[in-house]
Amino acid sequence: MEYFLQQALNGLQLGFVYALIALGYTMVYGIVRLINFAHGDVFMVGSFLAFYAIDRFHLPLTAVFGVAVGGCALLAVAIERVAYRPLRNAPKIAALITAIGVSLFLEYFTALHQVFGPNYYAFPRPFRVVTWEVGGIVFTNIQAIILAVTFACLLVLQFIVYRTRVGRGMRAVSYDKVTSGLMGVNVDAVISFTFGLGAALAGVGGVLYGIAYPQINTFMGIMPGLKAFTAAVLGGIGSIPGALLGALIMGQSETMAAAYLSSTYRDGIAFLLLIGVLLWKPTGILGKSSQEKV
Amino acid sequence: MKGKGGKKTFPGNLSRVFLPFLGITGAFLLLDRYGVVNPYWIQIFQLACVVAISGMGLNVIYGYTGLFSLGHAAFYGVGAYTAALLMKTYVAAYGGGAFLPMQAAFFCCLLAGGLTAALLGVLVGLPVLRLTSDYLGIATLGFGVIMKVVFDNADSVLPQLGGARGMTGIARMTSIPWVVLGLAATTAVVRNLVDSTFGRALLAIREDEIAASAMGIDTFRYKVIGFTVGCGFAGLAGGLYAHLYTFLHPSNFDFSKSIDVLMIVVLGGMGNMTGTLFASFCWIFLLEGLRVLLPPEYLEFRWVMIPVLLIVTMLLRPQGLLGLRELPFLRSGASR
Repeated sequence: MEYFLQQALNGLQLGFVYALIALGYTMVYGIVRLINFAHGDVFMVGSFLAFYAIDRFHLPLTAVFGVAVGGCALLAVAIERVAYRPLRNAPKIAALITAIGVSLFLEYFTALHQVFGPNYYAFPRPFRVVTWEVGGIVFTNIQAIILAVTFACLLVLQFIVYRTRVGRGMRAVSYDKVTSGLMGVNVDAVISFTFGLGAALAGVGGVLYGIAYPQINTFMGIMPGLKAFTAAVLGGIGSIPGALLGALIMGQSETMAAAYLSSTYRDGIAFLLLIGVLLWKPTGILGKSSQEKV
Repeated sequence: MKGKGGKKTFPGNLSRVFLPFLGITGAFLLLDRYGVVNPYWIQIFQLACVVAISGMGLNVIYGYTGLFSLGHAAFYGVGAYTAALLMKTYVAAYGGGAFLPMQAAFFCCLLAGGLTAALLGVLVGLPVLRLTSDYLGIATLGFGVIMKVVFDNADSVLPQLGGARGMTGIARMTSIPWVVLGLAATTAVVRNLVDSTFGRALLAIREDEIAASAMGIDTFRYKVIGFTVGCGFAGLAGGLYAHLYTFLHPSNFDFSKSIDVLMIVVLGGMGNMTGTLFASFCWIFLLEGLRVLLPPEYLEFRWVMIPVLLIVTMLLRPQGLLGLRELPFLRSGASR
């Protein structure tokens, strides 16, 4: 039982990191219907920026978050401007292939010796790790920080989406892009903002991931990116609570599969679950089912 | 069809596909024989043909039927492992002896690889094809990841498959005639398929599924069949790949390989056979050509340049390099 609870806690830690990445996928998909494959790599860039901020410049933790968030948001806005905006009215697949191109570019460009380098780097812990034991289960302050930061991000996000002008714009554009444009919403600005916001969350996720799993490499974004996207689909893409729910399920299933079966089955179980859920609810757990019309 | 009155005659029709390919085979065999082209490039040519077969398969699935599949490499892998396992068993039982029996056995193994992949395509397609657009893509992506896990752990059931250590000791059976024949046969089948009543149904589903079903097309059945055919070609290509490089590793069949094939189909132009052929050859020769052209210290720039080229191509030609233009012998009567 203690083992189970301990694993559940580890799953929660992983799930919250996935949630931060999944939110970016779900918002971007909700607004432009694009699977932004480059999002996982933006997350990787966030991790590396944090790595340099800590390792080279010895910045305090809040400044580290600031650097990662700002860097990722700028990067995503630039990507959207250069690569996705010209294709907004092209077939969807062209934008998807471009997203894959951007993803490959970020991975291999940053792997150059002149940029981040191709090796694995040990992510330095910016604070001392403290552990507490409650009833045989070990907590660390890393988990506490992940929990607190993720919750703070979710509250801020909820506030932005439901209580601000630009958030109303986001909801309008995701509901109907053309009409909201006619009603005076600056669609381009809203889409840029959405990309930036999603990337900022991925930046936070990148810092937390580096702290929790302290080994980084320029290809580290691929698997978490895929899983976070899967989590967003599992929960119902376009839905913010759905992304959180899906990410928590992904985190748990992966951790439990590794704990009770074998770590080689880890990736398989999560995706098996995904296919099962999609067959039961084709638009995800919290997704709105839409009737196809002529 | 350019033919007078549009009436197709059986041998004339097929020969239009096969004659150019026979020419290519002969030319490459001669080049190989007299050492004009070095063996490395001959191997790359064979790889390009194999990739083109697999691309043709995805073209049927995605280009013509509009089923977004991100798990094509899984079927490619199933074909590769099946064919390799059968061929290995055959060699172990009868020894790698005379030329003709070996080639015949190889042919059977390739067929078996393709059929197994097709069978798996039916089994996966029946539940998964109820999903649409991006959800289908994600489900097939999930299936691809699951199959990679299966390949990684396959040695716990059949030790010969090698699991995560990779499968070794596969006979080198793939040769220029085999790949060219495979590609020609694939092209002929896909062309005739697309230019038939059946193919029209697939195109109708791609264009508008609701309208297609209103016209009396059993859309689900056609989708399953289209998916199965495409997976079968992936399996055939897999078998050829296994016997070309004689070593299989699960990482040869992961998500990024599915993406490679998808890029080829989209770059060539969706639902365009010439485009798929053209893009497969460009893709493989570009990858390898840059390896030769770039000085060794800049070799890692290869994968920086390729995505940039990819992005620029998509920005300039979102409809694919060739759009809807087809070579004359691949052009069909009324498919578009």
